Amino acid sequence: MRPYAYVRANDVDGAVATLAEAPNAAFLAGGTNIVDLMKLGVVQPDLLVDVRRLTSERVEDLDDGGLRVGAAVPNSDLAADRKIRTRYPALSQALLAGASGQLRNLATTGGNLLQRTRCVYFYDTTTPCNKREPGSGCSAIEGHNKNHAILGASEHCVATHPSDMAVAMAALDAFVNVQGPEGERRIPIEELHRLPGDEPERDTILEHGELITSVDLPPLEFLSNSKYRKARERASYAFALVSVAAALDVEDGVVRDARIALGGIAHRPWRATKAEEALRGEPASEENFRAAADIELEDAEPLRDNAFKVPLARNLITRTLLDLSEER
Amino acid sequence: MDADITLRVDGTERHLTVDTRTTLLDALRERLGITSPKKGCDHGQCGACTVLLDGRRANSCLALAVAYDGSEIVTAEGLAENGELHLMQRAFIEHDGYQCGYCTPGQIVSAVGMLEEVRAAWPSHVTEDLNVEEISLDDDEIRERMSGNLCRCAAYANIVPAIREVSER
Repeated sequence: MRPYAYVRANDVDGAVATLAEAPNAAFLAGGTNIVDLMKLGVVQPDLLVDVRRLTSERVEDLDDGGLRVGAAVPNSDLAADRKIRTRYPALSQALLAGASGQLRNLATTGGNLLQRTRCVYFYDTTTPCNKREPGSGCSAIEGHNKNHAILGASEHCVATHPSDMAVAMAALDAFVNVQGPEGERRIPIEELHRLPGDEPERDTILEHGELITSVDLPPLEFLSNSKYRKARERASYAFALVSVAAALDVEDGVVRDARIALGGIAHRPWRATKAEEALRGEPASEENFRAAADIELEDAEPLRDNAFKVPLARNLITRTLLDLSEER
Repeated sequence: MDADITLRVDGTERHLTVDTRTTLLDALRERLGITSPKKGCDHGQCGACTVLLDGRRANSCLALAVAYDGSEIVTAEGLAENGELHLMQRAFIEHDGYQCGYCTPGQIVSAVGMLEEVRAAWPSHVTEDLNVEEISLDDDEIRERMSGNLCRCAAYANIVPAIREVSER
């Protein structure tokens, strides 16, 4: 590992200012991803600014009836929080479907959102990767791409975003609060993560020096009727092949509103707005759920090894929406 | 860059100077000679390095020592009290919950931390009702909650009953 300096800032302002002045510095929170990436030489900061104890470790009520999750809240605490379990069950389920007990105790809310792809070529510094080394090429497009994107990819990158938590937050219409050198801003979570385009080295729209300080969950009542379902290659402790987070508002057998987001299929949590639109005002039936999933997946462009993700996504969406319409 | 840190390890305060790149695992093993946390994968995938970090189970291979200055660490060696093995250690022996033994200290520390999480009624991926007040720790729950600890000898058939026995006491 390349040598680096380590500082623990006294407050968020100090952390942001320190990082903004150092072009090759990085924030450190739980470290579960960045420490691994540093060991492998995938990222090589010359300064780590420790922010683990700087942002809030609490889940607090907001005046509008929603909840604010501090960026330093560990994944395990967030999953176990009673208000999260009752009002946003998809978020608890997503967290519990990710990583292991030990990792969830270390990993934080902010860090989870900013974790990097698990594309094997991104991790393997002996192979070309446009995300790791812009302009070097993408090894996955013609390589082993079973785990890669079927929607929103580019000729430069077909990596997927690995987070379960972020998929649930996308379905829950969360907002991400950020503090940077230019001040604070509030970002709808579906705008936080980018599609790769011709800049796959950028995972998010955050500028250098911007720090996630908290995530706000909206007070929508029907989000308590939400669910996360994940398909993976072993029963536990594996990244998603495909996952879905959904919330459904059904009255008299008719869909009033729906929120659907997919994981494991794109460079960012994929909000399925076309499917949501197709469902509003329609009877809550298996046929309609399947049709809505098909509309969303119409644009899918599978690679050599991952055509299975299209029917898998369709079936996960359908099954999850059926569960939500039956449970209500 | 070097940093002076203090760690409280298995009940004893230890002062040391570490390179900022040193993980907690390497600080324990290479600097303090505490070798019960094992280096398996060194990437947070196997759980052999599990310690209790400020009371919670954590992968010490992904924690930077400098970031945990002032923390309390309990390794498998520190679980014993007054020369008596911890209940979990005894249960692993009684149930033959290992073959080569390399993953065992991590398994045992992880199981101890896991039972605390169960006492706090934290749900798991296989918990039917998210809002449950008390976890019923059946074998599926144990397997899910212990999935961060791999055993290449596959001694799971004996590890699970060992943990179950302690949980029932």
